[in-house]
Amino acid sequence: MAKHEGKENKYSIIIPTYNERLNIAIIIYLVFKHLKDVDFEVIVVDDGSPDGTQDVVKQLQQVYGEDRILLRARPRKLGLGTAYYHGLKHASGEFVVIMDADLSHHPKYLPSFIRKQKETGANIITGTRYVRNGGVHGWNLMRKLTSRGANVLAQTLLWPGVSDLTGSFRLYERSVLEDVISSCVSKGYVFQMEMIVRASRKGYHIEEVPITFVDRVYGSSKLGGSEIVEYLKGLVYLLFTT
Amino acid sequence: MKHVLKIMALLVAISAFWIGLLETSVVPRSYTWLLAIYLIVSLGCYGLLMVGIGLMLFPTCPQEAVLLQKDIAEAKEFLKNKGVDVGSD
Repeated sequence: MAKHEGKENKYSIIIPTYNERLNIAIIIYLVFKHLKDVDFEVIVVDDGSPDGTQDVVKQLQQVYGEDRILLRARPRKLGLGTAYYHGLKHASGEFVVIMDADLSHHPKYLPSFIRKQKETGANIITGTRYVRNGGVHGWNLMRKLTSRGANVLAQTLLWPGVSDLTGSFRLYERSVLEDVISSCVSKGYVFQMEMIVRASRKGYHIEEVPITFVDRVYGSSKLGGSEIVEYLKGLVYLLFTT
Repeated sequence: MKHVLKIMALLVAISAFWIGLLETSVVPRSYTWLLAIYLIVSLGCYGLLMVGIGLMLFPTCPQEAVLLQKDIAEAKEFLKNKGVDVGSD
């Protein structure tokens, strides 16, 4: 796809939400704060949140403009992968950013994603928590251990070419996202892994930028036995199908 | 080529090399299973080493939590003045 030399690119930021009434307002404020000279739109894909998330989004539209904040809701919880797909259908930018709504992904890193993409011409920029200028806050030792073990296992089996496989703070060229997302079938964080591994296998140019990740979910993200089993199943699936 | 085929090709190549060594008596027959054991053990040690090192060098960012709280306060202030409902949930 020909790059529009000299023309500013537009960035579509897709944020899936479920019961993020307060966080979505803060995230949108921070996005607008850190992307002052950038042509972008925010697409909120809300899965019928009962806590009034959509009402808050409508208020934010009054503040920032309905052309800058698009609310594309769905009737109920329908999963992350389909949320991205749904948002993508309404995106008008040449580039698409996906990020979480719970403030674990800070919008202040958006300029560094954009800058890295311009510098390298990469198809995908993925945020990594596991390098020196990145980091995680809010994980106890056990959580760090499982994360590290999972990462080493995935690196050994899959040779993915990225340091953070389960991260979901990414910038994609729009056509690349459309191509990759259509071939992914997993759910949850295995979906994020499948996306980046398939992209890597297809030969797309992937670069990383360090990000910090603040886990505010009380008690830190639950990683029980069933999550670990799901992860291992996901790894085996990716090993044999990518 | 599917990734798993690359790994299998690698294993087949190593096995072929090893069998070659056994056949030409460079390596005694009694050592037949040594390669498999050696590979598995080194892989296990490598894995544990990587996990241990990674755990020791795990990047943390406690200051980010503080900065985030500041950002949240700033956002709430701004949005409240603009009529957005930012009462605590």
